[in-house]
Amino acid sequence: MHWRANASAPGMSVDLNTVKKIASLARLAVSEAEAEALVPELNGILHWVEQLGEVDVTGIAPMTAVIPNTLRLRDDVVTDGNVRDKVLANAPQAEHGFFTVPKVIE
Amino acid sequence: MTVLTDLTVAQIRDGFRAGDFSAKEVAEAFNANVAAAKALNAFIVETPEKALEAADQADKDRAAGTLKPLSGVPIGMKDLFCTKGVQTTAASHILEGFTPTYESFVSQRLWDAGAGMLGKLNLDQFAMGSSNETSYFGNVISPWRRKDGGNAALAPGGSSGGSSAAISARLCPAATGTDTGGSIRQPASFVGISGIKPTYGRCSRWGVVAFASSLDQAGPMARDVRDCAIMLENMAGFDPRDATSLDLAVPKWEAGLSSDLKGKKVGIPKEYRVDGMPAEIEKLWDQGIAWLKDAGAEIVNVSLPHTKYALPTYYIIAPAEASSNLARYDGVRYGLRELPEGANLQDMYAATRAAGFGPEVKRRIIIGTYVLSAGFYDAYFTQACKVRALIARDFELAFQQCDVLLTPTAPSAAFALGEKQADPLAMYLNDVFTVPASLAGLPAMSVPAGLSDEGLPLGLHLIGPALDEQIVLNAGLAIEQRAGFVARPDRWW
Repeated sequence: MHWRANASAPGMSVDLNTVKKIASLARLAVSEAEAEALVPELNGILHWVEQLGEVDVTGIAPMTAVIPNTLRLRDDVVTDGNVRDKVLANAPQAEHGFFTVPKVIE
Repeated sequence: MTVLTDLTVAQIRDGFRAGDFSAKEVAEAFNANVAAAKALNAFIVETPEKALEAADQADKDRAAGTLKPLSGVPIGMKDLFCTKGVQTTAASHILEGFTPTYESFVSQRLWDAGAGMLGKLNLDQFAMGSSNETSYFGNVISPWRRKDGGNAALAPGGSSGGSSAAISARLCPAATGTDTGGSIRQPASFVGISGIKPTYGRCSRWGVVAFASSLDQAGPMARDVRDCAIMLENMAGFDPRDATSLDLAVPKWEAGLSSDLKGKKVGIPKEYRVDGMPAEIEKLWDQGIAWLKDAGAEIVNVSLPHTKYALPTYYIIAPAEASSNLARYDGVRYGLRELPEGANLQDMYAATRAAGFGPEVKRRIIIGTYVLSAGFYDAYFTQACKVRALIARDFELAFQQCDVLLTPTAPSAAFALGEKQADPLAMYLNDVFTVPASLAGLPAMSVPAGLSDEGLPLGLHLIGPALDEQIVLNAGLAIEQRAGFVARPDRWW
């Protein structure tokens, strides 16, 4: 079928180091093997999406709203709050009414 | 003797009102079907007690004369909708055990309308997938099998694969779905049911686990067009807590149903008639054109020139939004926490997300992070947002010439589980006909129209102008009445 994409990606620039950097930015721990497997996958996908570069978008503004809608103002009143226990109810670890995390200051 | 689980939503509603059966009998019948269908793996959590509780209330309301629109009707809830006190996972490990302290807008609307919950339905993890193979809680198996006598396990479609399988197997008469790029319509097509994605903004996203916020839209899945209209009326509505919710009255879609298309023009977009389209899909499409002509419509050829760019546009925008939305899963506020020995906060984030997200979710987060990263943002993301504007403009121009568009829903019948897993791109291409309407925020629906050579359901797809769900439903009804689709899977589970 002509919509079938060509998954090969000659000359693409995403290499192992780039994948590791992106994974780090995304706060995803990846093993060496996972990172290596991601390189050709990402290159295949990126090569495929790069066909968008051929579209003439002169004078076209990026879409910001799918359906024209006006941004509403709401009444300046308190509508939420005083639900600390509910907010903490699903925390992996909560103490004394707070979320707790590993020590961040030595 | 009526088999209660064979009834549609409208038949249950009306039969219950007429006193033909009690709500409790209906709930018990569906609960029994759910309990007996573990082999399909359609549910992540079963809630028979919730279905019975709503049924008891419905029976009381009937006695008191205070019936609600969906009194007596039990439904399935895709496990992407937060349900107060009932685990909500998005089919991910990272949300396993998450028990919301609040209810999503859409599910609350349904409960307020008298519906009862049979359980939380399986899906692709974070709704990312087209085959329900990315769920942490295992594949959903389609109740359908090919007529070749083989027992190959088939995909129920995705991401709303639990919803599609459950409805097709008569485990529930209707269910909620969500659609980001085809996640209601493609699974509906794969199992021979109906499903509609309304105009973006009709159904509040509040309390729906976010995937790609500018595309995500809830909608109903059911066995026929009327049931979709009934369900959608009880899901849609303005919600001030969703900034993109449309502040419009909910139309009376069921009352507006009419399969008379006299004076209507149906557009056939030439770009969807692609080289190499399977002959049976082409034949089905031609049949659909003949049916809509028979319903009184005039057929016009239209052009949507940017169609071929819709999928690549989608696979920039959706992962970009996903990478942002899924940043919230950090092991601090809810869900999984992985804290390796001696780990600092950054290590904890990375370890938690590595352990909690499945491979497809990670792939999309990484693509999204890449296309949004410094130096690449304009080339990928901004360009995609511009092409998206062109895709939407194509539709606007087409709807100056016609009232509704007819296309196939998917490029094939259901494929076997595992068949497309090796190549992410091959899987993405399954949404080729559904993604353009998602990018443009338009209402679109799949209705069952025939069987493939292998004996599997095939759907036809209707796309309408923004806010005109009625023409989509009406054209769907015209096809439904002429297709006479009554095939259903033989029970093997």
